[in-house]
Amino acid sequence: MKTLEELKKIRDEARKNINVRNNNPNDIKVLIGMATCGIAAGARQVMKEFINQVDKKNIRNVTITQTDCAGSCEYEPRVEIIFPGNEKATYVNITPEKVSRIIDEHIINGNIVKEYTIGWNN
Amino acid sequence: MYRSNILVCGGTGCTSSGSEKIISKLWKEIKIRGLEQEVNVIKTGCFGLCSLGPIMIVYPEGSFYSMVQVDDIAEIVEEHLLKGRVVKRLLYKETLDGEKIKSLNETAFYSKQKRIVLKNCGLINPESIDEYIAMDGYCALGRVLGKMSPRDVIEEIKMSDLRGRGGGGFPTGVKWELTAKSEAEQKYVCCNADEGDPGAFMDRAILEGDPHSVIESMAIAGYAIGANKGFIYVRAEYPIAVKRLNIAIEQARNYGLLGQDIFSSGFNFDIDLRLGAGAFVCGEETALMSSISGKRGEPRPRPPYPAVKGLFDCPTLLNNVETYANIPQIILKGASWFNSIGTEKSKGTKVFALGGKINHTGLVEVPMGTTLREIVEEIGGGIPNGKKFKAAQTGGPSGGCISIENIDIPIDYDNLLSIGSMMGSGGLIVMDQDTCMVDIAKFFLEFTVDESCGKCVPCRIGTKRLLEILNKITSGNGTIEDIDKMEKLCYYIKSNSLCGLGQTAPNPVLSTLKCFRNEYEMHVNKKKCEAGVCKSLLRYEIIEGKCKGCTLCARNCPVSAISGFVGMPHEIDSDKCIKCGICMQKCKFDAIIKH
Repeated sequence: MKTLEELKKIRDEARKNINVRNNNPNDIKVLIGMATCGIAAGARQVMKEFINQVDKKNIRNVTITQTDCAGSCEYEPRVEIIFPGNEKATYVNITPEKVSRIIDEHIINGNIVKEYTIGWNN
Repeated sequence: MYRSNILVCGGTGCTSSGSEKIISKLWKEIKIRGLEQEVNVIKTGCFGLCSLGPIMIVYPEGSFYSMVQVDDIAEIVEEHLLKGRVVKRLLYKETLDGEKIKSLNETAFYSKQKRIVLKNCGLINPESIDEYIAMDGYCALGRVLGKMSPRDVIEEIKMSDLRGRGGGGFPTGVKWELTAKSEAEQKYVCCNADEGDPGAFMDRAILEGDPHSVIESMAIAGYAIGANKGFIYVRAEYPIAVKRLNIAIEQARNYGLLGQDIFSSGFNFDIDLRLGAGAFVCGEETALMSSISGKRGEPRPRPPYPAVKGLFDCPTLLNNVETYANIPQIILKGASWFNSIGTEKSKGTKVFALGGKINHTGLVEVPMGTTLREIVEEIGGGIPNGKKFKAAQTGGPSGGCISIENIDIPIDYDNLLSIGSMMGSGGLIVMDQDTCMVDIAKFFLEFTVDESCGKCVPCRIGTKRLLEILNKITSGNGTIEDIDKMEKLCYYIKSNSLCGLGQTAPNPVLSTLKCFRNEYEMHVNKKKCEAGVCKSLLRYEIIEGKCKGCTLCARNCPVSAISGFVGMPHEIDSDKCIKCGICMQKCKFDAIIKH
């Protein structure tokens, strides 16, 4: 260890791995429907894609977790995104291919991807 | 990136209740469900709630599972980790508020605590230097070496008013200053991890849960006093602590945080471990250093103090584990932050190992000035089985009792001394109405008699004579003169012993005499032990009216001391009775009493 900067680099890298333990109420929450219906419809792949993308894009203020069945199983895989203090946005029939756009437009830039949300087609 | 972290306690308490098996089962179940890229399992240090082990926390939710068994793991992985449904039946009950789940910090056990020393315990993997660094680890060392002179460091510690957590409460900054002022080619920094008080496990928890904090702090101390070599004297009975210290030292060396030219400052520092064989006297500073240097662990008279002539006759700084663990925080957050916590003369926090008759046996860290009532009734969850609080013992064999009259005194160094006890290293043993105070004094005396190194007469022979008198009293042969004789002997031992062991050995007797003299007198005058502990003074008796003559007691008595016909009241022959109490446990009609 030669400089304080070197230490800070290790620190920032290591924080990525323990961020999830902070239980930070200001994190953006990504909830993925992971009941039997969700898993059957492919929610596991959607979750994996979220984890990969968030990691790749180096986004720190996101907590990815599961949620229960909401009763409308035909809309699974379903993803809810909650910005702290805001209403949740519910995305339905999500596939791994749609994840990247949700992250770029909604999580990073704050614009809900309307055509993926529930009720868009009706 | 892991979306979820499972922290499993790997401290001594939870390890002994099977946390290793839980970790391997967790990995197995996680792999079966293909979650190994998403969920990480981390073995941490102690969470504090040792009585509820094995313990685990699942993040990001922060769900706190207690008393987890291997058979529960499949359910936790399937329900919680795969499907996101918290397994409520395994949650720590205090976190359940009807349907709502409270966070851990809202529970009685944690809400009153303030964790400075234990801040990383139960939060990071102690075997990973990266996780320590993620919590700002080694930043204090970096700052000290980059921006502060040794003089600045000592001033900062002095201003913080930190006092030694080993028990004596000597101002840490003054100790550092004295050692820094000693001129010598070679100086040493030592860490006293020879935690020997019965019932004390604070230092063990720190070493197991956050070993790097001690290593970083010793390097800071080395820079401040001008030493390039450190020793940690840790007892061999702490295998997990020793293992983690070894790992931590190796990792620090690999990162160049120990060794040559740390942070390009020209400062060199390295640390070695020395294992103690478990002699209590080696917690005394001069005996400890004698033991490190390979000699018999015996104390010597002071002065000269270690700051002048210590290890290998060189000036040596010796601090306790908990004292060191405070240092990085003081450097990072400043002396004024630290001394804003606590009471007027005792700053910061103190870690206590709660034991004895208390619901939440475990480890707590509270600001100085917290009352014993808050610790026992709120944090500790009160006394089991609705029994009444009688006293608490602090300071182990060197300390004394706090009786119910003093339960509301704010705990700090000076208040405890003024009521005849002492802070000690932090063992806190709670006693209820079924505890005999004479017996407690005897217990600690037995310990010091065993542990006296034998070098000086007052301690070697004095404590033995003291124990003989105590045995005489508890066996019903004591006289009122014995109590006075005992008291005199106590003062003699205190004022004439060579080291702290002998000087404090009579404290348990003196303090119980001060608060519970009536119990001693009861043993002597009425040959009675009200708590029903001293067997020689006990008598078991069958109440004629209640006995149904079921013969259960007679059949279970190991010495056939009970006689009587079926259907008729039985009788106990007190000459034969060995007072084992089995009859009383077996009787279904509460017909047997002891007095």
